[in-house]
Amino acid sequence: MRNSLEPKPQRSAALLVVVLLILLAGLLQWVYFTHAATAPGAGLTALAQAELPRSGVTNPVTAVLLNYRALDTLLELSVLLTAMLGIWSLGPATPGYQQAGAVFAGLAAWVVPLLILSGGYLLWIGAKAPGGAFQAGALLAAAGVIQRLGGDPRASLPNESAQRWLAIAGIGIFALVGLATLVAGRGFLDYPLAWAGWLILLIETFATLTIATLLTAAYVGGQPPPSQTTATPGMHRMQAPDRKA
Amino acid sequence: MTATLALLIFDVLMLLTLLGLAVATLSSRDPRRAAILFIAFGLWLSLVWARLGAPDVALAEAAIGAGLGGALILSAARRARASSQAKARAPTPPERTPPV
Amino acid sequence: MDAELLYASAGFILFVLGIWSLLLHRLLIRKLIALNIMGSGVFHLLIATAEHHGEPADPVPHALVLTGIVVAVSATALALSFGRALRGDGDD
Repeated sequence: MRNSLEPKPQRSAALLVVVLLILLAGLLQWVYFTHAATAPGAGLTALAQAELPRSGVTNPVTAVLLNYRALDTLLELSVLLTAMLGIWSLGPATPGYQQAGAVFAGLAAWVVPLLILSGGYLLWIGAKAPGGAFQAGALLAAAGVIQRLGGDPRASLPNESAQRWLAIAGIGIFALVGLATLVAGRGFLDYPLAWAGWLILLIETFATLTIATLLTAAYVGGQPPPSQTTATPGMHRMQAPDRKA
Repeated sequence: MTATLALLIFDVLMLLTLLGLAVATLSSRDPRRAAILFIAFGLWLSLVWARLGAPDVALAEAAIGAGLGGALILSAARRARASSQAKARAPTPPERTPPV
Repeated sequence: MDAELLYASAGFILFVLGIWSLLLHRLLIRKLIALNIMGSGVFHLLIATAEHHGEPADPVPHALVLTGIVVAVSATALALSFGRALRGDGDD
C-alpha cells in the first residue's frame, strides 16, 4: 500500500517547514502591499487599448497573444511540441480503456459534435470576444479525451505520421507568416493592417489544430502503436493483454 | 454602501472557498480524492477569475487547467491505485480496465 | 480593505500552501498537484494585479496567464510520463 497512502513526515521537520513558510508568506505580503501602495497604476492597459485599432482584432487579449507578442505564442507552441516529443520518446502509449457501454457511447455521440462545434465558435469569436485558439484547442482535445475514455485507444487522432504533421502545422504556418512579413520588408510577424485580421485567423486555425493534437497526445501519454492503424477499438482491446504480459 | 459591503462579503466568501478547496486538495492522502478536489479547485478558480474581469483566462483555466489537467492527474491517480492494489494482493492480476 | 489587495493576498497564500505540500509529501502525484496549485497562485496574483476598478483590465497579464496555463498542463503531462517511466513497468 506504499503508493495509495503515504507515511507522514517527521513532526519536527514539518513544524520547521510550516514556520518558515508562514514567515515567507508574511514577507511576500509585506513586500507586495508596500509596493502596491506606491505603484504607478494602470500598467500597459492604455497602450494596449490605443494600439487595438491597428491590431486587426478587437479582443485585447487576442491582440496581445497574436499580434503584439506573437513571437511568445509561437515559442509557446514550440514548448508544447517539445513536451509532446518528450512524452513520445518515453515509450508507447498505454492500451487504453475497455469499450464503453451504450450509455457512454450515446453521450459521446452527443457531446463530441457539440464540443467540435463550440470549439469552432470559440475560434471564430476570439477576434472580438473571450475565446481564441487555446480555448478552442482545449475543447477539441476534450473531445479526444472523451473518445479515449470511451474505448478508442488513440483518442480519435489519425495515424502517427498525420499526427506529426498536425503537431507542427500551427508552428509551421506561424513561422511562414513571419517569414512572409520579413520578405515583404516588415518586421517578423509585423502584419500589414489590411490583412492582419485574416492572417491572425489563419494562424489561429492551424494553432487550434496543433494545440488539440498536442494536448490529446499528451493525454494518451505515449507514442501511438505503429501498426493496427485500421484496427477497430474492439480488436485493440483484445490485443491489449499481450502488451501487458 | 450596502452594495459595496455585500460585494466585499461575496469576495471574501469566494476566496475562503478557494483557499478551503486548496487546503482540502493538498491535505488529502488518497491521490484520487486529491485529483477530484483539484478539478473542483480549478473550476472554482476559473469562477474567481471571471469575477476579476478575465473571462478569456477563466475559459482557458476551466477547459485546460481543470479539465485536461484534471483528467491527466485523475488517470495517473487511477494507475497509482491499481498498481498499489496489485502489490497488496499479488496473486490476482490487477484490474486493468475498469468500466468508465 | 481593498478587494484587489484581498485577491492578491489569496495568491500568495495559494503559493505558500503549494510549497508546503511540495516539501512535505512524498508521492509524485501529490507533488505535481502541489506544483500546479503553486502555479495557480502565481496566475491568480497576476490576474488580481491586472484588475482595476471600473476600467478595462490589463490584457498583457491575461495573455501571460493564458500561455502559462497551457505550459503548466503540458509540463504536468510530461512529468507524469517521466513518473511512469521511472517506475519502470511501462503502463502502470
